[in-house]
Formats: sequence, C-alpha cells, structure tokens
Amino acid sequence: MSTEKLELFEVFIRSKRGLDHRHVGSLHAEDHQQALEYARDCYTRRSEGVSLWVVKSADIVASQEDDAESFYDPMDDKPYRHATYYQLPKEVDNM
Amino acid sequence: MNTEDTADLEQAFQIRIDKEEKIEPKDWMPGEYRRNLIRQISQHAHSEVIGMQPEGNWLTRAPTLRRKAVLLAKVQDEGGHGLYLYSSAETLGVSRAEMIEALQSGKAKYASIFNYPTLSWADIGAIGWLVDGAAIVNQISLQRTSYGPYARAMVRICKEESFHQRQGYEIMLSLSRGNQAQREMAQDALNRWWWPSLMMFGPHDADSAHSAKSMRWKIKRETNDDLRQKFVDQSVPQIDVLKLEYPDPELKWNENRGHYDFGELDWDEFYAVIKGDGHCNRERIQHHVKAHEEGEWVRDALKAYDAKKKARHAA
Ligand SMILES: [Fe+2]
Ligand SMILES: [Fe+2]
Repeated sequence: MSTEKLELFEVFIRSKRGLDHRHVGSLHAEDHQQALEYARDCYTRRSEGVSLWVVKSADIVASQEDDAESFYDPMDDKPYRHATYYQLPKEVDNM
Repeated sequence: MNTEDTADLEQAFQIRIDKEEKIEPKDWMPGEYRRNLIRQISQHAHSEVIGMQPEGNWLTRAPTLRRKAVLLAKVQDEGGHGLYLYSSAETLGVSRAEMIEALQSGKAKYASIFNYPTLSWADIGAIGWLVDGAAIVNQISLQRTSYGPYARAMVRICKEESFHQRQGYEIMLSLSRGNQAQREMAQDALNRWWWPSLMMFGPHDADSAHSAKSMRWKIKRETNDDLRQKFVDQSVPQIDVLKLEYPDPELKWNENRGHYDFGELDWDEFYAVIKGDGHCNRERIQHHVKAHEEGEWVRDALKAYDAKKKARHAA
C-alpha cells in the first residue's frame, strides 16, 4: 500500500497532567484509531506523554505567515495592553 | 456501576488530587465535583462578562483618547476571559446555551460587585485597582485548582490581568495628585469600592456553603478569609502611596498577627445584593438579554451561510 493513499494526521502530546497538549509532529494512517496507535509507537516510546491527540491535517485551518503583517497589524500599535506600559512609583510597582 | 466500583473510583480520584495531579476532562470524577466546578466556573465566566457593563458605562466619556483606548482594551480582555472560562466549563459537559440561560433567568450568580453603579470617572480607577486587584488575588490562587482546563484558563487570565490593575491605579494616582475636586473624587471612589471589593472573597469560611468540600477537592486552594486578608495587606500600602484616607477607621497594622486588622463587613448588604436587591441587578441582566437578542440576526446569518455552503458542497 502506498503511503500517498493514507491520510496525514497531526499528533499532539500532553506530557504531564495539567499541561496543554503540544504539537510534536505528524504521520500517515488509515484512520483515527490507527493514527493513535502509530502515534503511540512513534512519539511516546520513552513515555513522553500521558495523553495523545490525533487530528486530520486536512481539518486544520491555519493562518498564513505571509499574511502576518495585515493579520496581526491591529495588535502592534497597542502598547497599553502590556503591564510594563504603566509607570508606577517604586513602592507599588510590584502590582 | 455498583457502589463498590464507585467507592474505588472515588478513592483513586481523591488520591490523585492529594498527589497534586490535575483532573482532565475525560477522567472519571464524582458527580458533585463536576457540578461544583460547573457552578464555580460558569459563575466566574458570567462575572467577566457582566463586569464589562459598569466599565463600559464610561467608555464614551473617558477624559482623554488615551484613557479611552486603554479602557476599551481592558473591557475587551474581560470579554475574552469570559470566553476562556465558558470553554473550560464546556469541557465538563454543559453547553454555552445552558449557561447563558441560567444567567439570564437568575439561576446562576455572578460577582455581586458588578451590581454597584459607576458614578464618576474615578470609579474606573478604583475598579481596575481594587476590583481587578481582588480578582487577581483569587485567580492567582486558582492557578493551582485541581481541574486542568480551569487552572490553565487561570494562568492565561492572570497574565492579562496585571495591566488591568496598573491602569486603574494610574488613574487613581493622577486624580490623587490633581486638584481638590479630583482628590475628593478619588477618595469617594475608594470609600465606595473598598467594602464591596472585600466582599468579593465571599462569606466567612464558617458560613461558606461550598468551602469544605471545595478545599478537599482542591477546587479552592485558599479560604475566603485568608484571601481577603492577603488583599487587605497588599492594598493598604497602595492607599498610602495615593495619600488618601483609609476607607475603614479600624484599618490598622497588627504587629502580633503580622497583618492589617480591619472592620467587620456589612453582611446584610452582601446577602441583599446576592439576592438581587443591589443597585443594578435588574439593569445588568436586562442589558445582557437585550445584547443577546440584538445579536440574534448575526447568529441566524452565520447559520444560514453555513447551510448554504454545505448545500453547495453536497450538490
Ligand atoms: Fe478578567
Ligand atoms: Fe480584569
């Protein structure tokens, strides 16, 4: 069977309870169940995680880095969204 | 499932909590833990959303363009906090629609402080400084709550909160260094917001309906009274820097305790506002319902567009 016929899945691992799942890579598989088992074999051989997510790559909608300038533009001129923008007297600067 | 199995599961659950491990959405959890969390997280989410109203009241009347941009950014953050929290409650199996309906019908509560009116521009300063300040004390503690999605939402929220408190304090600072009328405005805002801010931590531990179990399950990590004391201790030096008068004549450093002493809260007022008899309870909910209904056509349009796209796709 050629891998081109198989679906591409993205793999996310939660390394420890309490942490977010993080993207670790991708793999080809026939379906979700198989992707989960492959992910276990590929990405957690040293017990790297306590929980795995597999998501069809085709289901991920991503913003394009080329568009970043216009996509994120409204954020760049708002320095007042940062705590450091506000100058306070030394005695209370820890707030 | 028989009772023996449930007992085993409950024991394993408590052991996990005692070991400081987080509970994640697909884990088994006692029904009451789930219900407690849904109540607390949704109440927290409602507070973020309703909390936009008292501050929103001053958006069009902010004294400068800079102040307006800052306030707008702050109110926008609060809407975002509501979203983080609603989504974290949704991982427990409750729907957004159910939560909104509980808020609008009065079944669900939100922080009582938002039922007080914002009478002057100084109130915007006092809210950022004291109300967000009190919320931060509570939320820092909740970063260690036992339910993973709630704890992670708290981490994200705390990162954004610091600017809220600082912008409020900056307003108080300008007013308190201003002319006589401005100083009086700042003092009046401090006097009015101080007590409701202390009430944000809830009833005394002995009178708190959910406290004991929430502590054992580590939904709550510190008691109401401990958090309130922490807030008082951090706020008094901040009042000193503003050179304003204490809003409570009993506010005094206690050498033995290593804490500030403070006067007793007006619990009759506290329960009256919770019951719905605050200045703005009805107005807040009516406004929420109105905004929700006025947004109906947007939701309808989204649904119609989605249906049209699916139909085209199927054809
Ligand atoms: Fe917030
Ligand atoms: Fe805030």
